[in-house]
This record gives sequence, C-alpha cells and structure tokens, in this order.
Amino acid sequence: MSVTLLDIVWAAVGAVALVTAVSILGVSLVWLERKFLGRLQGRPGPNRVGPFGLLQPVADGIKLLWKEDVSPGPSAKVLFYVAPLLVFVPSFVVWLTIPFTRDLALRNLDTSVFFFVAFSTLSIVGVLLAGWSAASKYSVLGGFRAAAQLVSYEIPLIVIAITMVALAGSMSFVDIVEAQRTVPYIALVPLAAVLFFIAGLAEIGRTPFDIYLAESEVVGGPLVEYSGAHWAVFYLAEYGNTFLVGALTALLFLGGWSWPFGTLPAPAAVALFLTKSYFVTVLIFWVRGTYPRLRIDQMMSLGWKILIPLSFVTLVTVVVQRFYGWPSWTLTLMSLATLALAAWLQTRLQGAPARALAEKYRRDAVVVQAKPRLHREAPAAAKVEASS
Amino acid sequence: MTTTDQRQVDMMLNLGPQHPATHGVFRMLLTLDGERIVDMEPHIGYLHRGSEKLCENESYGQIVTLFDRMDYIANLNNELVFVRAVERLMGLEVPERAQFIRVLLCELNRVASHLLFLGTYGLDVGAMTPVMYTFRERERIQNIFESVTGARLMHNYIRIGGIKEDVPSDFTARVRAALEFVKRGVDETDRLLSFNEVFLLRTKGVGVIDAKTAVSCGLTGPNLRASGVPYDVRKDNPYEVYPYLTFKVPVGERGDCWDRYYMRVLECHESISMIEQCLDLLPDGPTMTQTRRIARPPKGEVYVHAENPRGDIGVFLVSDGSDKPYRLKVRPPSFCNLVALRPMLLNSYVADSIAILGSIDIVLGEVDR
Repeated sequence: MSVTLLDIVWAAVGAVALVTAVSILGVSLVWLERKFLGRLQGRPGPNRVGPFGLLQPVADGIKLLWKEDVSPGPSAKVLFYVAPLLVFVPSFVVWLTIPFTRDLALRNLDTSVFFFVAFSTLSIVGVLLAGWSAASKYSVLGGFRAAAQLVSYEIPLIVIAITMVALAGSMSFVDIVEAQRTVPYIALVPLAAVLFFIAGLAEIGRTPFDIYLAESEVVGGPLVEYSGAHWAVFYLAEYGNTFLVGALTALLFLGGWSWPFGTLPAPAAVALFLTKSYFVTVLIFWVRGTYPRLRIDQMMSLGWKILIPLSFVTLVTVVVQRFYGWPSWTLTLMSLATLALAAWLQTRLQGAPARALAEKYRRDAVVVQAKPRLHREAPAAAKVEASS
Repeated sequence: MTTTDQRQVDMMLNLGPQHPATHGVFRMLLTLDGERIVDMEPHIGYLHRGSEKLCENESYGQIVTLFDRMDYIANLNNELVFVRAVERLMGLEVPERAQFIRVLLCELNRVASHLLFLGTYGLDVGAMTPVMYTFRERERIQNIFESVTGARLMHNYIRIGGIKEDVPSDFTARVRAALEFVKRGVDETDRLLSFNEVFLLRTKGVGVIDAKTAVSCGLTGPNLRASGVPYDVRKDNPYEVYPYLTFKVPVGERGDCWDRYYMRVLECHESISMIEQCLDLLPDGPTMTQTRRIARPPKGEVYVHAENPRGDIGVFLVSDGSDKPYRLKVRPPSFCNLVALRPMLLNSYVADSIAILGSIDIVLGEVDR
C-alpha cells in the first residue's frame, strides 16, 4: 500500500482537527471547572467575560500568550523549552485512537488500548525534565515526586485496562464499547471502575494526588518556573489529560456511546459519549473541591499496598470468571464484596476512631462554672428598655 | 556520624519568606534528605516594625492602634490586654457594660480568628473549599465589627477605661442572627474537613508534641491544650467578666496536628456559647469610666496576660509617670509557640512542614512585632 498525497493531506487535516477539538474540550473544561468549583464553594465563578463567563478561558489564554516568557538564568534552556512539548504531544497523540462513536476516530487501531498505554506513559519524561531543567529546588522536588507518582500509578491503570481487555476479549476500544451494549462494565466490575478512577486521578495529578503540583508545598512543582505560553501548554495538556480520563472511564466502564435501548444515530451517540465523559470529569472536579492532598509517602503506600494488589485481584477474578464461564453476576458479586470490604476497613480504621476521639474531647472538656454576679441580677427588663 | 558522612549531599530548601503557605513572611531553612526533614532553621524578622520601641514614643491612648497591628487576626483581644495593663496600673474601675461588650467582642474575634485558621489549615493540606465557607462566616463577624467599631480590621475600639462608644441599637439582633450562620458554618466545615480520610492521614500523628515538651517550649493556647495541659488564662486567671460565664475548655491528649486543629473547632462552639451568655447578661449603664483625657498612670510596673486565640499574650508595662510608657514588652503567643516548631518538624516530610506550621497558627505581625 503506497502513501498518496491525499493520505498525507487527510492526515494533516485530521491532526489539525484533533488538536483543535481537544483544545476546545480542554478550554471548555477550564470554564467548567472554575464554574463548578465556584458553585461548590458558594460563589458564582467567572461571570464577567461573555455570557456565564464562557469567554473567560479565552481571556485567560490571551493573557498567557501576551505574557513575557521568562526562564531562570541557570536553567538548561533546551530541555526547559522542550519539556512542555514532551508533555503536550503524548497527551494529544493518545486521542488518535479514542473513538467518539463506532466510526468516528482518527485511527481505529485493533490495539488502541495498547496504544493508549504506551503513549500515556511518555509524558512522565516531560514532567521530569521540566522539573530538572528549571534549576529550581521546588521544581526538582516536584519533578521527582511526579516521576515516583506517575510511574507507580501507571501499574494499576494498565492492569485495569488489561482486565477490561480480558473482559471484552479485544484490545480495541470500539469492541470494548460494543461488548457493553447491554450491560456497561461498571455494573460487572465496579471495583475496577473505582480503581481506574483513582489511578486516573493520580496519573493526571489531580486532587487528592496533586502532590507534584502542590500549591502549598512545592508551589506548582515542575511548573513553578514556567510562564506565559509555555505554562499555558502545560495547562492545556493537563486539561486534555483530565478529559482523557473522563473519556476512558466512559469508554471502558460506562459503555461509551452505547446505551441499552438500541443503536443511536451518530450525532446522538457522540453527544451521549461526551455527556458520559463530562460526567466523569465533573466527578474529578468534585473530588478536587472536597479532598485535601495526600503526602507523597502515603500516596506511594496507597498505590503499592492497596491499588496494585486490588487491581491484580480484579484481573484474576475476571480471568477466572471468563475461563470457567461463570455467570456474570458472580463477577459483580465478587467485585462489590471486595469494594465493600475495602470501604468498611477504611471507615473502621480511620473515620471511626477519629470520631470517637472527637466525641471524647467534646465530653471531657474542663468545665468552668460561672460565678453568680454580685451586682445586678439578670437585667432583662432593663435590656429591652435600652434597645428600644 | 558515619551515617551522615555516607549520605549524599543534603538539599537545603528555603521555604519562605515568599511562599504561599508560610502565613506571612516566615522563612524556614530546611535541610532535606529526599523528602525527609533533617534539620530546620527558622528565620524571623521580615515583618519587624519595632512596635515595642514605637510604644515608648506614643501616648497611652495611641498605643491601642499599635496593638491592633500586632496580631492582626485578633485585634480586639490585643487591644484588650494592653488596655487592661494600663487600667491595672491606674487602678481604673471599668463599667460593667463596657466589660461585657469587650468580652463579647473578644470572643467574636476569637471565633473569627479560629474560622480563619480552619479555612487556611484546609488550604495548607490541600483542601480548597473549607476556606471559602469559613471566610463567608468570618465576613459576617467582620460586618458586626464594622457596625460597632467603624472599622473592619484595625478597630481602635477598646479604650483605656471602657470602650469608644456604646454598641448600636440593633447590636443584639445582629449578633444573634450572625451567630446562627456562624454556628452552621463551623459545623459545615467540621463535617467537610475534620473526618475526611485524607485529612486524617495528613494530620493524625503528625507533628506530635508531648505535654512536657510543650510546656518547656512555652507553648500556650489551643496548641498547649491539644497536648493535654488544661491551661487557659480565662479559667486559671480570669479577667474582665469571664468569671460570670460558663464555658468548657477543650483539652486534647495526642498533641498532633489534628488535635490542635480540633481544639479550635471545639473552641469556636464554646466562644459562641460565651457570646450568647454575654448577650443575655449584658447590663445597662455607662460604657466609659470618668477619667482624664490623657492617661498618666502612676510610676510603677505591671504584667497583665490574657487568653488570645493563639495563646497566652502578656504585656509588661513600666510607667515613669508620664503620658508615655517607659518600656513596654509583649509576650506574643505566636512567637513563643513557634519555639515548638523545630521539635515537631524534625524527621517529618516536606509536606508535613506546611501542615505543622499551619497547625501552630502563627501570625507574623505578632511574631516579629
């Protein structure tokens, strides 16, 4: 098969369309996050630029592009300016194989899950380089945190992806979605969905795993020295990745563009897929509005001691169920039981003792009794007179 | 020392003075082994304005404004302790109504200060929402202050011998209405943050300081009580009208960040109950005692202390009989509490340094004066 000029043109058009589409999605998320967080926090969010503040991200973008692009004197200039690209490019390339409906994808690879896994890992290099090249101690700390975090949370993410591949019997996102035509996989393996969501949060550095960006500790970590357009590129990549986690969760667990009541026409299917993706993304924002940040060692132990074992448990249960051909409700049962056990343990070990201690402090406080007042007694009548 | 020699070069990290989480201009020079803190050297003085020396050149009435600017989160409490020192020296008897209003406003200010702490502490450990809730409620208290004193922050309201002027006629109704919201706000923050699993992970067993070390470091206020020492000036050396109020002094036992945090949640409730009692008891009468326009305390010296939101604040005042103090020394709770930072911090993680510093709740205006 030879490559014709038309192929190249189409590839270019596709690439431009993809970058534009993902950028628009990312920018929409900037608005959505600010608005949603604002509502969570009892404030209106952006509401000055455009209707409902819709043009706020545009204004932000213009501001960022106009800003002076500063780099620290002792920084390794080449690496410093290459690093944003190394983060940006993989996060967009991954979108090549994400199908918006059965036929709407730039490349419908048979191994699209593998493609996603391979390319999503690449951006770690960029973050690490950004941290290292800026010649700032904060960004070095952040970069090392990022390397540790991203590498360890790749594993549960990939294992869960493999689990879903085993469940559907295909490495193509299209086949995985088609397999969920009747029952979305979240009903079969809720534990896997939860694990994927948590690992996804860590993978994109979102609260409670925004450890390498931690505003109050490392002041933005690897990004601390970036400004202007380069910072904007990181920002865009971050939002692209956020939406990617939403889209992947929708594809792998929520049935993508399909729903159980028959086949939808293409525009409706795309809308359904986007709705599901946005829903997961809003969940991510919700978590951000609710949770504090973990510490790096706690995050590592959560990853290695809880998420990775649990993800392997999920993989094994799915494979066993598939191998022996047990009915699918057994899978739901096993998954739910593990999830419930984990949740129960968490409450038992952490929440309950703290609540008991709080109750104890409330009860055992030293009481100081009031002395009777010698002068005037309860001048209630006088008080009314005074206020009138 | 062999372990030290074999270790790679430690990284020195300059945390502050320009850092979003040092609550002002505090600087910690951390020596790090990876993420672990091996050594810490505090640097203060970036906000030093020479308040104590300034006091020697101002008349007594003017010094109240300088005290406003020390602990700028709890201005009224600061004003009160200085004014009480002068009154003690002059032997002034303050009208009861003024005393009640002073205590009421100070407790309101304590709630406002603790609300600020609860929010920013959430921010320190990465929770961004509580701060919005607590600032919303703190705003209601600031509005009351504005209606009473005319200023939102630097009140200059408590004067030698009483208060500047009586409270507005709708004061009681305003306070009661605001308290309803504040109570809800404290509960809301409590539910959102206090038992959050991640918050517990970040604060439980972090920055532990036992009662003995805490006392020897000179820790006071909620920080000391979190370690299990039931010391509260309002209880142990009552002043103004505190003897007429029933309240509880919450005492912790672990002395970790969570205990220090939770002491403040509980104290908010206690302060609110005290404010309500003050409103119930508020007597009629004058709000200012008959005194000369320019205060000239007799020759002598006095030490007066009080329970500020941050701990035991003390004022040592030497008068030479003129209209200006001969010497004035403040024992600022924030500064003394900061002494305990090092023992809390060593061998913890970088992230903990923020959580621990936040839990001590310092105000740099008071540390540096």
